[in-house]
Amino acid sequence: MTKFEYEIKDEIGIHARPAGLLVKEAKKYESQITVSAHGKTAAAKKLMAIMSMGVKCKDTVTVEAQGPDEEAAIAGLKAFFEANL
Amino acid sequence: MQEFQGKSVYKGTAMGKVVVLKEPDSVIKRVRINDVQAEIERYERASKEAARQLGVLYEKACREVGEAGAAIFEVHQMMLEDEDYVDAIRNTIETESVNAEYAVAVTGDNFSETFASMDDDYMKARSADVKDISNRIIRILEGTKDADLSEAAVIMADDLSPSQTVQIDKDKILAIVTVHGSTNSHTAILARTMNIPALIGVPLDLGKISSGMTAIVDGSTGHVILEPTEEQCREAEQKIVWERRQASRLQELKGRPSITPDGRKVNVYANIGSVADIGYVLENDAEGIGLFRSEFLYLGREDFPAEEEQFQAYRQVLQMMADKKVIIRTLDIGADKKADYFHFQKEENPAMGYRAIRICLKQPEIFKTQLRALLRAAVYGNLSIMYPMIISVEEVQKITVIMEEVRQELEQAGIPFAVPEQGIMIETPAAVMISDELAQLVDFFSIGTNDLTQYTLAIDRQNEKLDDFYNPHHKAVLRMIEMAVDNAHKYGKWAGICGELGADLALTEEFIRMGLDELSVSPSMVLQVREKIITFAK
Repeated sequence: MTKFEYEIKDEIGIHARPAGLLVKEAKKYESQITVSAHGKTAAAKKLMAIMSMGVKCKDTVTVEAQGPDEEAAIAGLKAFFEANL
Repeated sequence: MQEFQGKSVYKGTAMGKVVVLKEPDSVIKRVRINDVQAEIERYERASKEAARQLGVLYEKACREVGEAGAAIFEVHQMMLEDEDYVDAIRNTIETESVNAEYAVAVTGDNFSETFASMDDDYMKARSADVKDISNRIIRILEGTKDADLSEAAVIMADDLSPSQTVQIDKDKILAIVTVHGSTNSHTAILARTMNIPALIGVPLDLGKISSGMTAIVDGSTGHVILEPTEEQCREAEQKIVWERRQASRLQELKGRPSITPDGRKVNVYANIGSVADIGYVLENDAEGIGLFRSEFLYLGREDFPAEEEQFQAYRQVLQMMADKKVIIRTLDIGADKKADYFHFQKEENPAMGYRAIRICLKQPEIFKTQLRALLRAAVYGNLSIMYPMIISVEEVQKITVIMEEVRQELEQAGIPFAVPEQGIMIETPAAVMISDELAQLVDFFSIGTNDLTQYTLAIDRQNEKLDDFYNPHHKAVLRMIEMAVDNAHKYGKWAGICGELGADLALTEEFIRMGLDELSVSPSMVLQVREKIITFAK
């Protein structure tokens, strides 16, 4: 299992459009990917689950991946968070 | 034959077939089904069709309002394919042996409640998105066709939503009649821009009206007749012919300058709110754009528009208008115009609240992005910048400081730019009273009569109960205008009007006498105002 932590910089948090892009990014990988924040965890491939976590600016999220391409998934998602959130 | 009375938002007569735009029935019947597998397949086909429709809408919105404004339809597409949403629908069909319509409705309600109960206004608003996609699937399952607009028709609806407005082909509308909606609604703005008769607040029972009935709409009196008598049809036809003749008489004024018989030039410009409206500006031969509301870049989207996106939009406008004047008003958001990502707090009195230049001065990074884009675009045409809601000299001084910072940053970065003419909106009594001081600091005044009237008379224009007290020609307002114009001229600056009063033909002569240099009106009023100027008698 590989993971990283990230503090959200986007002013309104993980809102609809970035959540959509996040799901798109996560679907590129075979691994199981989860996003956790303030005690809740959601699958990164599920748009509405991610949106309903209500992640806000300055929240810290933990992204974990488990599976055959977990290293690549974590690298890809880290780059995604840094560029979009 | 049935007659109804509503409130007119744009004049003109129309007669034609009715098309009723409806949201699907709120009550979805629960039906027991035997073949679960077939029902799931039925749902999957409908979902696929919904995705296709959203794809088409996305493309259309991209062309008409730009990629950022269209993003919502892309998000809808993804919600449609969300694993949890799809699984919940399939499970409901399977475990309860119910029809797909019911499963979609229940699932849609559950998900939208989850969003609605969140402690976040932005996410609360997403519950409407879930409802919207669920309704779309249900419509497809029920076989409700999108309104048939193969021929031009009289549109009747409860109110037009922005997504309906995008969906309607603009050439297919004879008139718009809505049960709800305000004079500032999408319906009203669309009608004024496109020159079509429109009524709001018409007490129609849409359930009893079917598409295909005939209707006569009188946009001057606010009267609607359903299934008219032969005589009423004849009268309406005559009226339509007469109006067409009037319109073609106005057409002859195209290409003529707006000069009074004694040789005074009054610029007749147009007010617009999106790049798509430029077509109407050119079609009606406006001499420039007197008010370009830049809010279109900020509304109906998820996040602030980037500098590059703004620059491209402004440049496009300037290039399309060739060397004609284009006055772009900086962000005038707040009051009734909201965007979720601004995180506005609820205000007791939004018209007098955190809006327009107040936001720009409190959050200068938003303002600077817009100014940078404007200065860069200024290289491509005849631009002026206008600042809204000014009440003090200090505000103008602060703007000047920020402007200077932006200018230096661009210069240091070696990016091509130009500093255009800059003016302010005169729309508060405060600005009028100190207009002698303000005139020394700016290049022009543009008088925003809607807010100026509201603040001067202390009358909320959205409040119907106050209609009896409201007098748009109130002397106090006219004296305010005259005072601002006089002070502008005293310091060699020009003054114009960009509020609704500018298009009030009963006042055009008085405005000419006051010495106004410019009248900026909705595109459809340009030629009528020009006619008044050309025929002006002292």
